[in-house]
Amino acid sequence: MTIVGWLQISLLFLAVLVVIKPLGLHMARVFSGERNAFSTLFSPIERGLYAAAGVDPVKEQGWLAYTLSMLAFSLAGFVGLYAILRLQAWLPLNPQGFGNVPPGLAFNTAVSFVTNTNWQNYAGETTLSHFSQMMGLTVQNFVSAATGIAIALAIIRAFARSAASTVGNFWVDLTRATLYVLLPLSIVVALAFVAMGLPQTFDGAVNATTLEGARQTIALGPVASQEAIKQLGTNGGGFFNVNAAHPYENPTALSNHLNIFAMLSISAALLYTFGQLVGNCRQGWAFAAVTAFFLIAGVGVVYWAEAQGNTILSAVGLDPADGNMEGKEVRFGQAMTALYATVTTGLSNGGVNGMHGSLTGLGGLVPMFLMQLGEVLPGGVGSGLYGMIVFAILAVFVAGLMVGRTPELLGKKIEAREMKFAILAVLVLPLTVLGFSAVSAVTPSAVSSIGTGGPHGLSEILYAYTSAAGNNGSAFAGLTGNTPWYNTTLGIAMLLGRFAYAVPVLAIAGSIAVKTRVAASKGTFPTDTPLFAGLLIGIILILGGLQFFPALALGPIIEHFAMLSGETF
Amino acid sequence: MLNQLRPALVLTLAFTAITGFAYPLAITGVAQVLMPAEANGSLVRKNGVVIGSGLIGQNFASQRYFWPRPSATVPGPYNAGSSSGSNLGTTSIRLKDRVAVDMERLREAGVSGVVPADAGTASASGLDPHISPAFARAQVARIARARRLREADVAALVKRNAQGRLMGIIGEPRVNVLELNLALDASGN
Repeated sequence: MTIVGWLQISLLFLAVLVVIKPLGLHMARVFSGERNAFSTLFSPIERGLYAAAGVDPVKEQGWLAYTLSMLAFSLAGFVGLYAILRLQAWLPLNPQGFGNVPPGLAFNTAVSFVTNTNWQNYAGETTLSHFSQMMGLTVQNFVSAATGIAIALAIIRAFARSAASTVGNFWVDLTRATLYVLLPLSIVVALAFVAMGLPQTFDGAVNATTLEGARQTIALGPVASQEAIKQLGTNGGGFFNVNAAHPYENPTALSNHLNIFAMLSISAALLYTFGQLVGNCRQGWAFAAVTAFFLIAGVGVVYWAEAQGNTILSAVGLDPADGNMEGKEVRFGQAMTALYATVTTGLSNGGVNGMHGSLTGLGGLVPMFLMQLGEVLPGGVGSGLYGMIVFAILAVFVAGLMVGRTPELLGKKIEAREMKFAILAVLVLPLTVLGFSAVSAVTPSAVSSIGTGGPHGLSEILYAYTSAAGNNGSAFAGLTGNTPWYNTTLGIAMLLGRFAYAVPVLAIAGSIAVKTRVAASKGTFPTDTPLFAGLLIGIILILGGLQFFPALALGPIIEHFAMLSGETF
Repeated sequence: MLNQLRPALVLTLAFTAITGFAYPLAITGVAQVLMPAEANGSLVRKNGVVIGSGLIGQNFASQRYFWPRPSATVPGPYNAGSSSGSNLGTTSIRLKDRVAVDMERLREAGVSGVVPADAGTASASGLDPHISPAFARAQVARIARARRLREADVAALVKRNAQGRLMGIIGEPRVNVLELNLALDASGN
């Protein structure tokens, strides 16, 4: 580890810290229906969309109608994307002449993008036409992110209101998130990306004759426009197979900083939006502090572990001072790869600028563990915030048990119904991850997909289901995922991780909304203090640790000791 | 449920038109007009012929050129039509064996002592255009011998082509292999 490495990391966190308040305030205005910076530009489009869709923007929905709208929209998106992938050979903008995507892979990919996971069982540049990338994937990059924000708004309003029967209008939240938050920011970031060297063309590949006279086919396409929303919407699905490690997705150290900045900003700022809308900005900062604690600790461990290098390769003669360079790019080095790996998994982004499967045992443990903590640090846009609120509900419940009082969060009493739904939500991740991993680990056809044997093989399986159920999308990509077993089960894991979590959350929103908001009394346990932030950190750690430590011990932790003793598999 | 269907379908289509069509089209238009070189892949031409991209690594095996890092793309190294890392874990026997083979090649090429880590490891993309300045310096003697140049001249060339950190902070010191080899060709011999 070097001082300049830590300087690069600090600069990025500082830049995000600076935009949290202004961006958070902008989103608060957008979702309160007030005029905002982009109203003049996009409000005619907004009104046109409501008219065409038959939506009355003033009429609000109860939690059940809101949920049904969300599910109907996700279903429509899935059907549309699946159709595009299955028919791409006959659709335009296919300069490389790619064939139709096979059913299993199309199912997996469509689910992957509709659930904001963006797991890549496909290799973009050898599988998908420009049409599929733009009209299919890019669209879902926008609207699956906007859907996450909408779900978060429902639960924010539930806390902000008193004795309310409605939580907002899903169609309005979806439209505003897309038009006033994601689209304008994407335009700015995409143009900045082109200036940094990301291609933006409808042409196909270019054939070059290298200096040594060999032929090199260089894949090109509308990369910048997709990369921008991939990051801003915490999607993570790359234009290319290797994602943001590809020099065309991430050509310079500066573009790398912009990538990380773009993916972290909205989720971090939403914490402030939350505080603003419930009338307690300190609550938003308390959540931000919890997030910062995990991210800084996480990046510290990854950076340290990777900087030590792979001792097995050092023994062969590689310079240990350079750290572990397998699966990393020279322009990013150890610090920026560690930061990217930590942020992309603390978020549910899942893009990578280095291959997570080639991280050291402990360096790879951190991204996996951050996902297993529930994708709330700060999590995907929207999904991270509502996940954090679920943990906050658990934390006040535990605190309430300790002092023998009915727990309260922001003036709302937390009772049996909310607790049941909260537990239902947090059980989805361990059940899905451990269940599918266990079955895969004893199924020969699933085991044969493993790339590296030994403990790392178990890690590859565990990481895949963790990433899918957490709607992250990054991978220990030694695992061959494009098989019937993994296409299907990972698809199911992604659906459960998204919807089996979001529906209980919306149910909580419904039952919180109708409660009367009571003023804080002497006996109220304040939830915007360092004490509560500490408790919340403990709850998140203990819950995640208890559920996943045994599996992690068999995977990345054994791998670490195997490396130290020079054992190979 | 039926009254959810109309907004679901209409908004899916509308957002497809806005975010899937109008948005990339507008970005492409602006990019092609204002920044055509970048928007088309930062291609490098020599005598009018495209010889590669300044951002994408390409393979060099000749003794007369600086070599890039090992690449895990298939079927051959530096396949810019199909990016890929090795995805091998730290304890992989295949990784250890592969590094051992590459080490032997580097030793034959006159690289002695501890070897810069990037020289023996495959990059994440398989298309890394850069090597570390240390790996470039380790190849100076071999290039000077093959091209009958003075080592000091080749070392000076490496130094001129080495890129530092942005503002002294952001990024890592590195050398673009294609640019370095072009400069080498331009220097005669």
